[in-house]
Amino acid sequence: MLPSSGGRPPYPRAFDTVKHASETPDSEQPWKELGLKEDEYARIREILGRRPTGAELAMYSVMWSEHCSYKSSKVHLKQFGEKTPENDAMLVGIGENAGVVDVGQGYAVTFKVESHNHPSYIEPYQGAATGVGGIVRDILAMGARPVAVVDPLRFGAADHPDTKRVLPGVVAGIGGYGNCLGLPNIGGEVVFDSCYQGNPLVNAGCIGVMKHEDIHLAKASGPGNKVILYGARTGGDGIGGVSVLASETFDDTKPTKRPAVQVGDPFQEKLLIECTLEIFQEKLVAGIQDLGGAGLSCATSELASAGTGGMRVDLEKVHLRDATLSPEEILMSESQERMCAIVEPQHVDRFLEICEKWDVIAVVIGEVTDGERLEIFWHGEQIVDVPPRTVAHEGPVYHRPFARPEWQDALQADDAGKLPRPQGGAELKDQVLKLVGSPNQASKAWITDQYDRFVQGNTVLAQPEDAGMVRIDEETNLGVAMATDGNGRYAKLDPYTGAQLALAEAYRNVAASGAKPLAISDCLNFGSPEDPAVMWQFAEATRGLADGCLQLGTPVTGGNVSLYNQTGEVAIHPTPVVAVLGVIDDVDRRTPIAFAEEGQLLYLLGDTKEEFGGSAWSEVIHQHLGGMPPAVDLDREKLLGEILISASRDGMIDAAHDLSDGGLVQAVVESCLRGGNGARLVVPDGLDAFTFLFSESAGRAVVAVPRSEELRFTDMCGARGLPATRIGVVDGDAVEVQGEFSASLEELRAAHEATIPGLLA
Amino acid sequence: MTARIGVVTFPGTLDDRDALRAARLAGAEPVSLWHRDKDLKQVDAVVLAGGFSYGDYLRAGAISRFSPVMETIIEQAKAGMPVLGICNGFQILTEAHLLPGAMLRNNHLHFICRDQKLRVENAETAWTSDYTRGQEIEVPLKNMDGRYVADERTLDELEAEGRVAFRYLDVNPNGSLRDIAGITNAAGNVVGLMPHPEHAVEPLIGTGKTDGLGFFTSILKKLVNA
Amino acid sequence: MARVVVDVMLKPEILDPQGQAVQRALPRLGFDGIADVRQGKRFELEVEGPVDDAALARIHEMAETFLANTVIEDFTVRVESTETAGASS
Repeated sequence: MLPSSGGRPPYPRAFDTVKHASETPDSEQPWKELGLKEDEYARIREILGRRPTGAELAMYSVMWSEHCSYKSSKVHLKQFGEKTPENDAMLVGIGENAGVVDVGQGYAVTFKVESHNHPSYIEPYQGAATGVGGIVRDILAMGARPVAVVDPLRFGAADHPDTKRVLPGVVAGIGGYGNCLGLPNIGGEVVFDSCYQGNPLVNAGCIGVMKHEDIHLAKASGPGNKVILYGARTGGDGIGGVSVLASETFDDTKPTKRPAVQVGDPFQEKLLIECTLEIFQEKLVAGIQDLGGAGLSCATSELASAGTGGMRVDLEKVHLRDATLSPEEILMSESQERMCAIVEPQHVDRFLEICEKWDVIAVVIGEVTDGERLEIFWHGEQIVDVPPRTVAHEGPVYHRPFARPEWQDALQADDAGKLPRPQGGAELKDQVLKLVGSPNQASKAWITDQYDRFVQGNTVLAQPEDAGMVRIDEETNLGVAMATDGNGRYAKLDPYTGAQLALAEAYRNVAASGAKPLAISDCLNFGSPEDPAVMWQFAEATRGLADGCLQLGTPVTGGNVSLYNQTGEVAIHPTPVVAVLGVIDDVDRRTPIAFAEEGQLLYLLGDTKEEFGGSAWSEVIHQHLGGMPPAVDLDREKLLGEILISASRDGMIDAAHDLSDGGLVQAVVESCLRGGNGARLVVPDGLDAFTFLFSESAGRAVVAVPRSEELRFTDMCGARGLPATRIGVVDGDAVEVQGEFSASLEELRAAHEATIPGLLA
Repeated sequence: MTARIGVVTFPGTLDDRDALRAARLAGAEPVSLWHRDKDLKQVDAVVLAGGFSYGDYLRAGAISRFSPVMETIIEQAKAGMPVLGICNGFQILTEAHLLPGAMLRNNHLHFICRDQKLRVENAETAWTSDYTRGQEIEVPLKNMDGRYVADERTLDELEAEGRVAFRYLDVNPNGSLRDIAGITNAAGNVVGLMPHPEHAVEPLIGTGKTDGLGFFTSILKKLVNA
Repeated sequence: MARVVVDVMLKPEILDPQGQAVQRALPRLGFDGIADVRQGKRFELEVEGPVDDAALARIHEMAETFLANTVIEDFTVRVESTETAGASS
């Protein structure tokens, strides 16, 4: 008999059992509505030797979605493993919730960046909030205490009305959730470009710290061990969200496909963090997994798959917020703030006691078995009987066709170097003010001041510094730094180079702060993989990133892919966001960006060429995107990094700022405003003022050197073969370019700081 | 000999470890207190730290105020034990009526995190004696519900009795009436403020200034010399 | 079960920036003629047993000490229905 509650197709509402499925092989099933392809459905039938039950179909559909299975991207992501550089720091690599690296003194650091793009477009506040919550639980599940978050964000045009809806909501959501968790927000980016209209990118990163021996993995082994679900009650949040939402583009004609918005409860998450850390401290778990996309389907199948395979779950034991949920819906629910732990029987009582202490609900819902199948029961009747590996790790793999788009040549031929350049000092100054006041180059303080950067009392550097930095040991002053970068304009012009430029910039930012870059994580945001042009961008970007990491010696520890970021035929710029993690032995030696001391000498490190393709100048002054992005020289980046780190360690520089979008003048203005001091600059021989100020050549930084250290510093650069050009001195209350113009700090500050509040407040 | 400074952890408290660190850096013995325990473990003074206890649900501080630990703290505070409420702790103290007035959503409706200049208006409380009256200090401020309000009569009374302990300088970051950043009770043992002195106790961390350490050295001197 | 509703509002003299933000948005959205908006909280209490004077007195006390902060807020208590429909379907 099939008790049916009727109601909301296409979700299977009937209470379908394994027995019933075997008896009714020809029942019609809504595999198509759940996003499965015909051959995928056939494969499920083949694996099971019968039709799947409703619950099994739900599990497979959600786990085989693009978002969970990486079916389109997998073949390209393989390179990150194959091209892994020799690096002793890697403790846990790709495939776990997050990678783990050794930072010395017995500490390990785990970090990851994830996207929450589509949900944040639909409901900006909750979408962004639950994005923070999800990445924090990922880090927690590795056994680490989360210590900081970062948020790389991309929005449509700054003056578009919808940006005024999306951005404040996203920022409030990140703040509302992260601030309440007590995690300092130490970095990230905010970029505006009309290509993100309708497809904002909300990426969220988190860093966690633990001792080596505390690393936890998501696997269920040891027959007889209990499966404990703890945290928030399960409700109807985001049912089918992962499968349907992340796999299909938006289409206003199909509103039924829009799932319920997931609502976050940061207070519950804070309790979950403290409770879980106490459980770790007493070594009570054998395996642990957070519940994110695909909820219990994902957690149970991944835990079982990574372990010995066998698990039995009694689904009716799950604590519910809504008693009317069907078993399929319970499996699919994406209710937030939940974790699933594997606990040896003798530890169960203590586990539950700690949960009680923190007011966290915990229920034993099943146990690890000595079989090889994941078996789920609903009031005694079996509704799932599957080999878990086929659900979690052996999903479909696509070799999507890719092809260099026809327009790529024309785009690259449209050289930004041919654009009209400013003539004379007055026009130069006018363009400098326009540049530093443009939405992308303007101060983002209005946004970042809505995030708590001080909580936990370990923040050494936070935005607008080049990298965020937190201390992780109060005795030794050991610290970690992180920077995220990703220039979609560069990547559009050339995805291979663009991805390497993102890597190079994040690497340079970390080095400029004085920390040694160790490893990277990435969040790859692209359009539809079904478009061969997009797939080519993806293939090129991953190849560029893998090659770059090999050359720089920074392994990819893990990452996240977000596809289908497009509206109709129009995809976003390919946007590979790269997060570089660095370590610094003594945070006392960190290098800030501020020009804080008058009289210090300014040196430009690296070579400046006429490179304007994809530049901020070409965008702000000419609304132009064309030509080639700046050339990449990763050996030079490495050398620059070594010099910046040595100079920081030995006290030869007091400030450093990497040069990237906006070029030298942007960096100098930021460092001057931060320090409250002006700068007198001289255009070096062989360069014209325009190229000097606006070029975006990679592999460069500007540093402030105390006069007493000048000789030592220039000797070091000379000996190592890094071009170091003296370009001026920290002085006065204006940025003056000799013979060209002078702009007072006051007018620069007005231009730089008024833009964002003017647009959004 | 040193003093024992207790820091309460409520569910959702965030800055408890920071407050414990600040107490330690000042030379005191830091002691963790738990919201469910009435026992204060023989501490000499208590800090109610910042955060979002109970998620700021209902009203900031409104649920914590009824916890078992607060029963003892309210009793002891009335008997003269020094209590400092920072941010959420200040909100709890007003909800508990140990300090007058109330805290409301910032007038601009956004969370605000900034380096905030303050003027010390009362250097005679248990927590401010290491400052001088009129001294300007800079400490981090970070809050959502930081707008101090009270009726005119209460405000006039606070002013007249010198019980406005701190005032915002340059920028009023949340719309607090009369730029009030912190107040004290009449006896001077209970002080509450929105900005975070415990985040400004080390030269490298946070604002890079140590202007907040004075709170903890003030109380330590008072307790040790007592 | 009966439902008792407690409405909590900021006192008239207390600035309500959330209400003001709503009011400012109204003309933009085409809703004219609203002179003022103030935002409050509504608590729905499902009461076990009879809602007699004693029960209402307890609820009044609850509102005064906990649901509202009478330094800044006023509240009202009213019985909405003596019989709640149970599930809302």
